[in-house]
Amino acid sequence: MKNITIGEIVRGDREVFPPYLYEAYQSTRRRAPMLPLIEVPLTLSELTGPGPAISAITLEDADLTRNSGTVGEAIGQRIIVTGRVLDDRGFPVPNTLLEIWQANAAGRYLHKRDQWPGPLDPNFLGMGRCLTNEEGIYRFLTIRPGAYPWKNHPNAWRPAHIHFSVFGPSMLSRLVTQMYFPDDPLHALDPIMNAVPTEAARKRMIALYDHSVTEQEWALGYRWDIVIRGAYATPFESKEGER
Amino acid sequence: MSILSLTSSQTVGPFFAPALLREDAIRNVLTQPETAGERIRVEGRVLGGDGLPVPDAMVEIWQANSYGRYNHSADQGTAQLDATFLGFGRSGTAEDGSYWFETIKPGRVPFYHEQFQAPHICVTVFSRGLLNHLVTRLYFEDEQTNTEDPILQCVPDERRSTLLARRETVEGTIVYRFDIVLQGAGETAFFNL
Repeated sequence: MKNITIGEIVRGDREVFPPYLYEAYQSTRRRAPMLPLIEVPLTLSELTGPGPAISAITLEDADLTRNSGTVGEAIGQRIIVTGRVLDDRGFPVPNTLLEIWQANAAGRYLHKRDQWPGPLDPNFLGMGRCLTNEEGIYRFLTIRPGAYPWKNHPNAWRPAHIHFSVFGPSMLSRLVTQMYFPDDPLHALDPIMNAVPTEAARKRMIALYDHSVTEQEWALGYRWDIVIRGAYATPFESKEGER
Repeated sequence: MSILSLTSSQTVGPFFAPALLREDAIRNVLTQPETAGERIRVEGRVLGGDGLPVPDAMVEIWQANSYGRYNHSADQGTAQLDATFLGFGRSGTAEDGSYWFETIKPGRVPFYHEQFQAPHICVTVFSRGLLNHLVTRLYFEDEQTNTEDPILQCVPDERRSTLLARRETVEGTIVYRFDIVLQGAGETAFFNL
């Protein structure tokens, strides 16, 4: 068995995934595992996963501007966020569930633990979900979130972001991440974003403004693709290969 | 062989509950009345490095049905499917770090060639302060096949007990207790997946 030191704790690709312990993000200090992650062979348990079954029974709710249960519409700059979910071989991931959540236009979350004095919007819950279509395309209508102040360090502000949860085909493809907006001066100051080790990987978390997505007198368009681990070979394929 | 770089992981943060634990997304109860298998309750706490409970974590589980078949097209085995069992659970944690599921004990699923794995439940943990989610497995302490399980054998002896859920009977209910320790004394063995 391969022995991994603490500094090397990674999920697969160390160019892509942040370390568990990242001192500048204070909450990691008491929650990051300190012992090596165990290397294990992939089995049917990891090559399957809940994504297909849960995606098949979940209802879409992809318009965050009008899903609060009130008759009103959320305040803020209306935006369309769309893109494709692809696997690392470039194949689209169809019919998979995406769940998102975000602060309102003022940077406030509808959550009892968020008590900073930004205004709440009674017409905005900040949550939604949709399924990718056959081409792997997803699309949300929402409002642009504000920056969010937190207590990690003095005068700490999180850059505007939307949280994404993605299932994909297997246990290996499960991903929770955040989408950022282009040209935000807070990127360089954010320990959560900067925990991602390389600039290339950080840039892939930033959506692009896309005027072809923007709709006249309606909403600005952003495009963001998500790449997850694909449906890997089943453990029985090597057996077939011996024939 | 891969041609596209993966999207990185970021923490779930402190405010995921209204979205991920909304009424029709939370799944503490995996069973239906018709579901085949031995009813069990899985419960435990998520604990941080200071020994304090983690009140803002989310635990997801994935498991085979009682016959040892996953509800997934990649499982081409011959074990019986159970139309009443999805195999996916999702629980938040309470102020005391506790989570729970009502499920069935899974059957054994194949490994390679004629070998089988011991019954187990795949466990994924998300929380504020975890930049990547953590993956581990719950095994059943009273299961004799644990000694031949290929994954448990990868875990160093002194850490193996962190993956064994303790069996208790509480008012006629079979409870398997499985605490998840993110850091420090008794730290759970997590997998590099």
